[in-house]
Amino acid sequence: MGGFWDPRAGYDGGHNRPAGEPAKVGQSSHVFNEEDGAAMPGHRRDLPMWIAALMLSFAAVATAAPDQNAVEPTEGEERAVLTDAPMVPPPITRTHATKVVVRLEVVETEMTIAEGVRYTFWTFGGKVPGKFIRIREGDLVEFHLDNHPNNKMPHNIDLHAVTGPGGGAASSLSAPGHSSVFSFKALNPGLYVYHCATAPVAMHVANGMYGLILVEPKDGLPKVDREYYVMQGDLYTKGPNGQPGLQPFSMVKAIDERPEYVVFNGAVGAVAGDKALQARIGETVRLYFGVGGPNLTSSFHVIGEIFDRVWPEGNTSVVSQNVQTTMVPAGGAAIIDFKVEVPGTYILVDHSLTRAFNKGALGMLKVEGGDNKIVYSGKITDEVYQPEGSRIRVTDLPPQAARPALTKKQLLDRGRSVYTTNCAACHQATGHGIPKAFPPLARSDYLNADKVRAIRTVTGGLQGSVTVNGEKYNGVMPAWTLSDEDVAAVLTYVYGSWGNSAKEVSAQEVKTHRAKSSAKASE
Amino acid sequence: MKPAVALIAVTAAAIAMATGTVAVGAAAPEDMALVPAGPPAAFFVPGGSGVAAAGADGGASADVPAFLIDRRPVTRRQFAEFLRRRPEWSRSRVAAVLADAHYLEDWASDFDAGARVPPDAPVTRVSWFAANAYCQWRGKELPTVDQWERAAAGGGKDTAATRDRILRWYSQPATEPLGVVGRGAPNAYGVYDLHGLIWEWTLDFNSTLISTESRDPGGKDDPLFCGSGSLSAVDPSDYATFMRYALRNSLRANYTTSRLGFRCAREPDQP
Repeated sequence: MGGFWDPRAGYDGGHNRPAGEPAKVGQSSHVFNEEDGAAMPGHRRDLPMWIAALMLSFAAVATAAPDQNAVEPTEGEERAVLTDAPMVPPPITRTHATKVVVRLEVVETEMTIAEGVRYTFWTFGGKVPGKFIRIREGDLVEFHLDNHPNNKMPHNIDLHAVTGPGGGAASSLSAPGHSSVFSFKALNPGLYVYHCATAPVAMHVANGMYGLILVEPKDGLPKVDREYYVMQGDLYTKGPNGQPGLQPFSMVKAIDERPEYVVFNGAVGAVAGDKALQARIGETVRLYFGVGGPNLTSSFHVIGEIFDRVWPEGNTSVVSQNVQTTMVPAGGAAIIDFKVEVPGTYILVDHSLTRAFNKGALGMLKVEGGDNKIVYSGKITDEVYQPEGSRIRVTDLPPQAARPALTKKQLLDRGRSVYTTNCAACHQATGHGIPKAFPPLARSDYLNADKVRAIRTVTGGLQGSVTVNGEKYNGVMPAWTLSDEDVAAVLTYVYGSWGNSAKEVSAQEVKTHRAKSSAKASE
Repeated sequence: MKPAVALIAVTAAAIAMATGTVAVGAAAPEDMALVPAGPPAAFFVPGGSGVAAAGADGGASADVPAFLIDRRPVTRRQFAEFLRRRPEWSRSRVAAVLADAHYLEDWASDFDAGARVPPDAPVTRVSWFAANAYCQWRGKELPTVDQWERAAAGGGKDTAATRDRILRWYSQPATEPLGVVGRGAPNAYGVYDLHGLIWEWTLDFNSTLISTESRDPGGKDDPLFCGSGSLSAVDPSDYATFMRYALRNSLRANYTTSRLGFRCAREPDQP
C-alpha cells in the first residue's frame, strides 16, 4: 500500500497525524466549500462570467477557486502534448497558468474490435479512446477541432472540463474537411471525459468518439511511478460477438443497450498480452480510468489489487482509501492509485462479470520483480468465482452461421484471442495458472493426456478434485459458451503453446464430443 | 439516361420558360420524377414547441406542393458541361467566399474531372453557391429540405431494413472512390440514390438548424436535436435522419466535402 502522501493533496494518509486523532479523509472538500461560499462548483456553471467575477470580488478568496481561475492571467503559450492510450502525457511542472494550444483531428477509420472482427470507428486522433489531454487548472485552452477531409460525418466535441454551453459542442461542429476553433478557461480541476456530441450522439460515442482530459490541480497530484490511461466503452455490432468480417453498427442493439462487446481501449485484448500495462514491484501505479459508454457504467476492479487511493468521479479533492471496486459512470472517470507489491499478472475487469469474461472488458497489468512470498490467491478466488455460483453454469449457445474453414494460422490467431478473452484471467497469459488455485496449462499432463476430456472440460466445465503435474486442485471451472470453432481454436492454441503436445482440435471434434451440458445443469 | 437527351430536354424547358409558353401533356421530363403534393416527412413533432417539422416558417401542417426532382444526382460529366458554359465557377476562378479551398480539388484541372472517378459518378466537393448556380442554369433550383425529405421518404414509411441500409452507409468512411449514379433500384417515385451514395445540398439547408449544439436545451432550435431534441422527434430512433440534419447543420454555403453533392428540383409544368 502507498506510503507517501503529498500534503498538498489535502490528505495526510494517516501517517502524520497525532495518535488517537481520526484521519481526515475528505476534509479538504469541506474547507473548499465553506471558504468558497458559493456552494457546489456545479451551480457556478450556470452563472454568466460577469456575475461569477462580481461574486469573486465580494467573497473571501479561496485557494484554487474556479472563480479565481476565471480571472487568473496566463503567461506564455505552449502546444499540448497528446498521447494515445495507454500512455499519459508527463505531469505538468509549471507553477502558473498558460495558454495551451490543443489540436485534435477527427479520423473515421476501420480498425479491429477482436481477431477478425473489423469495425468503422470514429476517433479523436486515430485511436480509441481519443488522445489524452493534460492541462493545468487556470490554463486558457485554444482548442482546434479538425475534421479530416476523407471523413463522411460532421463532428464536434463536448469536453466535460469546459464551463460553457454544450461544453464546446456549440462552437466546434465541423463539416468534413473543416476545422473549428474555440477557447476555454479551465476553471475546475479534475479528470473529465470528452466526447462527440453531434446527432445522433449515442452513435458517435458508440463508434469510439470519447477520451479524457486531465485538468491538474494547481498543486499537482501526488507523484507516482507509472501513469496509464484506460477507457471502457460498449460496442454494438450487427453480428454476434466473435462473428468475423466488417461489422456495421446496430442501432437496435444500441437502443436496447445490448452491446456485443464491452472493451478497454477500443478492442478486445488492447490492454493484454504484449500490450499489457507494465510495472515493477514497489512501484505505485496510477490509472486514469474513464468510461465513454455510450450506455454502460463500469464496476472497475483490478483482480488481486486493492486501490490504495481513489479520487472518485474524477474529482481531485476527496480521496477514498482501500477501494476494491470503483463505480465509474458513463461519461465519468476516476483516478486510481495502488502500489504493487507482488509480482504477477493483475487483471483489470469490469466486475459486471459477463462483460469481462464474455464481451472483452479485460485488461492486464504485468508486475515484475522478485517474489516476496506473499500469498494472494485467496482473495482472487473469492472475487472471481463466487459470482458464477458453486455449480457449473451453462448457457444455451446461440445458433451460429456456417463459416469457411480456417487455416492453421487463422486458427491459432483466433485461439489466442479466445484465450485472452476467456482463459487468461485464471490460467494466465503464460499458461502457468496460479498455484493452488488455477491449474497450469503449460506442459500440463492432465491436458496432454486426453483431447476429448479437454473438449468436455471447456464446453461442460469442471468441478472437484483434479491432479495436474502432481499438484492437487479443487475448484470450479465454469462451462464456456463458445462456438465449436472457438473451442477448436482455443484448444489448438493451448496444445500448440508452452511445450504442449501440439494436438490439433477441429470444430467437428468439438461438435462430436461437446459435453452434454443439460445433464449437469439439471443436477 | 444519356446526357445529350437531358440537355435537349432541359433546353426545351428553358426555351419554354423564356418564351412564356407552357408545356402541356407529360407530367415530367424523362430525367425528373414527379412527387405529388403531400405532408412533409415528419421528423419532429409539430406544435408544442412551435417549431415546424422542417420548414423555417412554422408551416408544419402545410402540405408540400407537388414538385419535380432530378431522378439522379448531378454527375461530374454534367457539371463539367456547366463549367465550360459558366467558367466563372471553375476551380481557379471561383471567388473564395463562394467556395472553400477544397472546391473541386479532386478534378484533374479546371474543366476536366479526370479519369480516377467515373464521369457518371456524382459531382461532389461543390459549394451550395455552385450547386445553386448549376440548378439555375438548368432552369431549376435546389430542392428544399421539405422537398428532399419527402422525396427521400419514398412515398411510405421506410422499413427497418431500409433504415439499416442507410445507417450502414453513414457508418462507412469516405475513402473509396464514388460509384456511378442510377445503380440499384429507384424508390416509389422513381428517384435514385437518395440514400447510400452521397449527402445532398438543399436550398434551405441552414434555415431550420441554427444552433450547432445537438442537445441544446434552450434557444431557437429547442426541439430539433438529441437530448432535449430527441424528446420532440417523431421517432428518436431515426438515426439516419438525425445524421442528415446534423450534417446540414455543420455546413456553410461555401463549404465542400468529398461526399456532398446535389440534384435539382423545380415546380411541375402547369397544365
